[in-house]
Order: sequence, then structure tokens, then C-alpha cells
Amino acid sequence: MKCEKVSQELVAYVDGRLDPGVRNEVEEHLAECAACQVRAQEFRGVFSLLDELPAMEPSLPFDARVRQRIAAEPRRSWLAWFVPQARLAFAAVLLVVLAVWVGKRPANNSAHAPTPATPAASEQDFNAIKNLGVLENYDVVTKMDALAQLVPTADQKPQKQRPDQNESND
Amino acid sequence: MLDVKSGDESSFDFLLTKYRLPLVNFLYRMVRDRATAEDLAQDVFLRVYRARKQYVPRAKFTTWLFRIATNVALNSVRDNRRQKLEVSLDAPRSADEDSHPRDLPAEEMRIDEHLLERHRVELIQRAIASLPEKQRAAVLLHKYEEMDYAEIAKILNCTEAALRSLLFRAYENLRVQLGPLVNPPALQRAGERRPS
Repeated sequence: MKCEKVSQELVAYVDGRLDPGVRNEVEEHLAECAACQVRAQEFRGVFSLLDELPAMEPSLPFDARVRQRIAAEPRRSWLAWFVPQARLAFAAVLLVVLAVWVGKRPANNSAHAPTPATPAASEQDFNAIKNLGVLENYDVVTKMDALAQLVPTADQKPQKQRPDQNESND
Repeated sequence: MLDVKSGDESSFDFLLTKYRLPLVNFLYRMVRDRATAEDLAQDVFLRVYRARKQYVPRAKFTTWLFRIATNVALNSVRDNRRQKLEVSLDAPRSADEDSHPRDLPAEEMRIDEHLLERHRVELIQRAIASLPEKQRAAVLLHKYEEMDYAEIAKILNCTEAALRSLLFRAYENLRVQLGPLVNPPALQRAGERRPS
């Protein structure tokens, strides 16, 4: 073992925490190297000097101050269990507001949009349904011009209903 | 600590009683001021109390406790150093200061003067205080708390190999600084002066 390697192990050697195998290697080196031997001796001296440092007793009110500071800590009641974290609560509120806003949007738009189903159109439909027994054959119905005008097909319905509606309003 | 976590307040008193002495001493040796050390120790206990619900026993309780204490101490030392630097740079020099040279820090006094003043303990304290913070923390945890290398490495957030190097450099610095006390002739003279 070289001096550099021994230096790294010297602290553990002096305080007796070295593995027996490494310890033997260090001791073999120390037996041959006077410089490392002196250093090990001086490390022991440092260790014993550090032991001379007296321990400091905490002041009498120390414990009381710690307890006082702990008593001043805000306590969480059982109700706190129901209260989520602030960020989570904010996100939830935001989500609810967004949902309400989105939910209300179509309702507002439909109020301004023209209603396809008017009372006149409903009346036409009602009459068509009432005469359904006569109009069994769809092909016959579509070929009869007079009836076709009277009973609009599904494709013609929105276009034809409006003039009828206007007529009825008039 | 697990009892404290489960809400047993009396267990916290037990922790306080058991660890206040090593904690206050560790912090005192780190910051070299009694009042500051006690304030910091209170902060550490308060942090332990606040973190009780999140406590997970991954390592020994002392490792966790001294990791908090080391961080608190290192922050305090750095803040204090910054404040001192600001004072020394910003404070205007008075006429009195200009007329007399400033006193040199006591660390720069000759070591035999310390011996003559019989400030042996003071000298040891100063030698420890003169170490870089991380070396100081490593020595205090190693020498006074008698922690094993793995535990100290966890506290200082380094590998065991790095810790061995750190400890070697720290004790080497102390060996140089305390040389006159460590060497046998000087030790003998110091021993003669010490009261029996």
C-alpha cells in the first residue's frame, strides 16, 4: 500500500473503524513509513484534543421555547380533511365554471336561431299523419303533384314549409 | 418518530429530551454562537414537527434529524458570512478606525500566544470553526456524534469515498492548525500549564 492510499484510510484506522484486512495493510505500511507513522500519531493527537472540547448544556428555557413554538403552530381540525389543497380547489372551481359556461352556450344560440318547427308546420305534419291511411304507397304520393304539394317529402319539408307558413301567417 | 407521526404528542417530548443536547452542541460547534445555536435547534425541532406527517422511515431518525440540522447550520453560516461581507464592504470607516489599524482576526494570532493566554479550548474551537463548512460538519458528525461513514455520507449528500477524502482533508487541516498542541513537546508544555 502506498502513502496516498494509506492517507485515505488513516482516519478510519485511527478511530478503529477499518476492516481487519485493510487495517493489516495499513499497519504494514506504517511499520515501514516513518512519515505516515508520524501523521497517524498526530491524527491521534487531534482526536484526543477534540475530546477536550466541553459539551454545552442548552439553556433552561430551551424546551419551553420549543414547546411554545409548536403550540403556536396552526392545528388542522377534522374538517380540514374535507378541504382539498388550494390548487386542486382552484382547478375544480375553474372546471365547474367552464362546464356551466359551455352548457349555457347552445341554449343562448338556439334562442336567437330561427325555429324550424313552427305551429303551421306542425299542423301540416298532423294533417299528413291523419291522412296516412290514404297515402299508403309512397311512390303514389310522390307522383301525385297535388298531393306532393300538400304533403311535402322529407327533403322538401323545410323549403316548402316556409311559404306555407307565411301564407298561414298572412 | 412514527409515534409522533400517528399523533402522539408525548413522543415528541421524548425526542426533544433525547436529542436536544447533541443537536444544540452540533449547532453550537457549527456556528460558534450559543444564542444562534439554540435558535437554530428550535428551528430544527419545529421542522421535524411540521414534517411529521410526511415522515417515511427510509433511514435512521438521527440521519434525517442531522440532515435537517446540517442544512440549517450551513444556511446560517452562509447568511452570516454574507452579512459580514456586506458590513465590511459597506460600512464607512470612522476616523477612529483610520487612526488605528484594525485588529487582525484571532485565527491569525500566533499559536504560542494562545498557549500563553491558556486559551486551549478556544484554540480548538477556532481550529474547528476555521474549517470549510462541509469539512466542519463532517468532523463534528464523525467525532462527536460517532456516526458511521454511510450515515454521514447520506447527511452530507455525497459518496462514502468522497466523505473519506473530505474527512482526511479536514483532519489534515486540524493537524496543521493544532500542530503545536498535537506535537509531543508542545503537548507536554500545554499539559503542564493546564490546571489539574
